[in-house]
Amino acid sequence: MSIDKDTAARVANLARISIPDEELENVAKELSSIIGFMEQLNEVNVDNVDPMTSVTPTLLKKRTDVVNDGNQQSKVLSNAPDTREGFFAVPKVVD
Amino acid sequence: MLDNEISQPRPKLIAGAKDDWEMVIGMEIHAQVSSKAKLFSGASTMFGAEPNSNVSFVDAAMPGMLPVINEYCVEQAVKTGLGLNATINLFSQFDRKNYFYPDLPQGYQISQLYHPIVGEGEVLVEMNDSERRTVRVERIHLEQDAGKSVHDMDPNMSFVDLNRTGVALMEIVSRPDIRGPEEAAAYVGKLRQILRYLGTCDGNMQNGNLRADVNVSVCKPGQYELYRKTNDFKYLGTRCEIKNMNSMKFIQLAIDYEAKRQISILEDGGEVHQETRLYDAEKNETRSMRSKEEAHDYRYFPCPDLLPLELEQSWVDAIKAKLPELPDEKKARFINHHGLTNYDAGVLTADVTQANYFEDVAKNRDGKLTANWIINELFGRLNKEELIIENSPVKTDQLGQIIDLISSKEISGKIAKELFEIVWEKGGNPKDIVKEKGMAQVTDVVAIETEVDKIISENPDQVEKAKTNPKLAGWFVGQVLKATSGKANPAVVSELINKKIFK
Repeated sequence: MSIDKDTAARVANLARISIPDEELENVAKELSSIIGFMEQLNEVNVDNVDPMTSVTPTLLKKRTDVVNDGNQQSKVLSNAPDTREGFFAVPKVVD
Repeated sequence: MLDNEISQPRPKLIAGAKDDWEMVIGMEIHAQVSSKAKLFSGASTMFGAEPNSNVSFVDAAMPGMLPVINEYCVEQAVKTGLGLNATINLFSQFDRKNYFYPDLPQGYQISQLYHPIVGEGEVLVEMNDSERRTVRVERIHLEQDAGKSVHDMDPNMSFVDLNRTGVALMEIVSRPDIRGPEEAAAYVGKLRQILRYLGTCDGNMQNGNLRADVNVSVCKPGQYELYRKTNDFKYLGTRCEIKNMNSMKFIQLAIDYEAKRQISILEDGGEVHQETRLYDAEKNETRSMRSKEEAHDYRYFPCPDLLPLELEQSWVDAIKAKLPELPDEKKARFINHHGLTNYDAGVLTADVTQANYFEDVAKNRDGKLTANWIINELFGRLNKEELIIENSPVKTDQLGQIIDLISSKEISGKIAKELFEIVWEKGGNPKDIVKEKGMAQVTDVVAIETEVDKIISENPDQVEKAKTNPKLAGWFVGQVLKATSGKANPAVVSELINKKIFK
């Protein structure tokens, strides 16, 4: 599968990465070569093989329904570029 | 009520400018799980807290933080599935739904697209005594809620609160089996009722703990039946999704508006575009949410942070064994065991706390009399004061005593209402109040006879009139009751008057 310039632009947009137009051609080429390399895996027959989710047979770890975290507003906000009255303040987003 | 007396309601017909149309509605209900902590973190789910105070580093998506699933939330999803007679999938898995929005710090929502925890079930939606819609449920999956953005505090900024981020939701997805706005509201109502009986979601729509995305399309009569026969969606129209509705009234208005909008497009020779729309209650219209359209490529993939969720059949069976009695069973039991009408049983089982209140009072008492008192007197008074039954000043044992006093004929129905009023206002033990205030009904025939004789001798003209017009006997009954401040047993009074005037 090869990635064209438009697909590269769309993927970049979905990932919120800005790529200048003159670099798109090159990015598309690089992505195509990475996917091409990965496509070698398609040669392996995996019919009737369940996806491997863990290298050792382990069950999903669970927690009980207990509140033991939170109450750390200032820490949660400490990396934010802008805050107001306990909220993260971001550029206006309206639907 | 026998099942063969119940039929599916007819779909609602809308007359367009040229033709008749029908609507086809499917719903996705987001029900917040009634857990104390979030789905993948130990932060609180409490509503109305200080912004960003119920946030763990997992919810804030700090680098390196890993989700650990809340077992209680899993149990509630299974319980809900069992309550809807649905298949429980012993193997389910979490996927990432990728999109960017300021109230979603991870950049993806953890959800279950490919392997949901609950499969097919159904909801029976009673529309009236003889019509009931069966709405098929396609699936229920567990997922994280997003945070909240506030847009109206500043002209240039949006404010983000992550308290709701990561709270557990059950998304209950129906098949497109709902055929009108009233049915849609009734479906939400029935689902809410079942969730509250199960205790898996508190159903508080005002706080957004239960909200609906409504898919609406329109078709010509007959098309829907072809879809049901073939399972082929080509027979149905293109649908639009109205997002985030949390009021029964607005759900109905929005569906009505949206169906008419689609019909007028189609009758003008246009095409309906599949899109997400928002309902504006002030203008009563739906409008396109274009910003969401661009981001519609969610690039789902299995969440690498979470192993598959594998359940033991024995664990599911244990939950099933402890399932509470559900609304339909309870209603049937109230009809069969307590002798209630379908209507009364429906009113009393509408909410589980009401049903419990009734059962407390009706224990070893007359079911019909108890139902009448709860529905007419208690509910009437609660509504007037805008109180919920949990806060009723008249408790079950007090109402029970009042009903005992009526059953044993110690007080009349009229006095009972006065007694109820006193208990409501001042509390106290009804039996003691009757004694203290001398409210007991006079059933002593001799005492009543004295009053009757007195009234008859004081009103000879009325006696003559009554002899030619027996209907006037009622006037004498009224006079005697008045003279005894309502305490004389009306049946005894009436009998005596008939004997004395018409003998």
